[in-house]
Amino acid sequence: MLVHQFLILAAVLFCIGVYGVIARRNAVMVLMSIELILNSVNINFLAFALRNGSVDGHVFALYIIAVAAAEVGVGLALVLLVYRNRKSIALDELSEMKG
Amino acid sequence: MVAQNIAFGIIAAIMVVGALRVVTVNNVVHAALWLVLVLAGAAAQYILLAAEFVAVTQVLVYIGAVMVLFLFGTMLTRAQLGKEKLLNNPTWYLGIPASLLLLGVMIMALTSSFGDEKLPTDSELVSTQAISDQIFGPYLLPFWALSFVLLVAVIGAIVLARKD
Repeated sequence: MLVHQFLILAAVLFCIGVYGVIARRNAVMVLMSIELILNSVNINFLAFALRNGSVDGHVFALYIIAVAAAEVGVGLALVLLVYRNRKSIALDELSEMKG
Repeated sequence: MVAQNIAFGIIAAIMVVGALRVVTVNNVVHAALWLVLVLAGAAAQYILLAAEFVAVTQVLVYIGAVMVLFLFGTMLTRAQLGKEKLLNNPTWYLGIPASLLLLGVMIMALTSSFGDEKLPTDSELVSTQAISDQIFGPYLLPFWALSFVLLVAVIGAIVLARKD
């Protein structure tokens, strides 16, 4: 196996996630795209951990998983709050803070 | 060696197709289920990368907990479960050149840096003991900070989501 193939796979997933963040209007779908991005970063960390023969990449991957879980929890609570106040979770309608 | 490459190819193809469906499908629940496929594929890639503990954690946390959260979020914010027209921004097509440009730059950079460098083939699975020795040794302070982050996230989510 080459290091390259894992890094390319992670890059492809990352770009698909970026496309999702840009293109999606529904807040839950944007959170799903962010999960794609975080997973691609994890693949990178583990590929480099194997390449360098170190355990640090695994530790970072575990921390990323924990932070992603916290992020989804708070994010979905925010989405729920927005839905309760506006009956919609379309992100382009949340424009009151525009300068 | 060849078997690992074939496994990588199959899993990678499934993951890319699943990820594309996540960002293109017009149904939030279907997108969540495609995301399960991508996350399971990522767990399989972690096993190929000799990271069994991270793979098990991925299954437990992502496929177990995060997906349930997503499905609950979908359920609580939308009555309708079928197709929905307005899932995409009016300017969604701007994402295609942006992500393709990013992909091109990253593939160019990765190819020039790690062109044909091989992963070590004789490496054993990283033991859970080694990971815990790292977490509770040099990375203890980040671990505490992370515990605090999780606590704050739980309290914050409760405060945000409860009805007064």
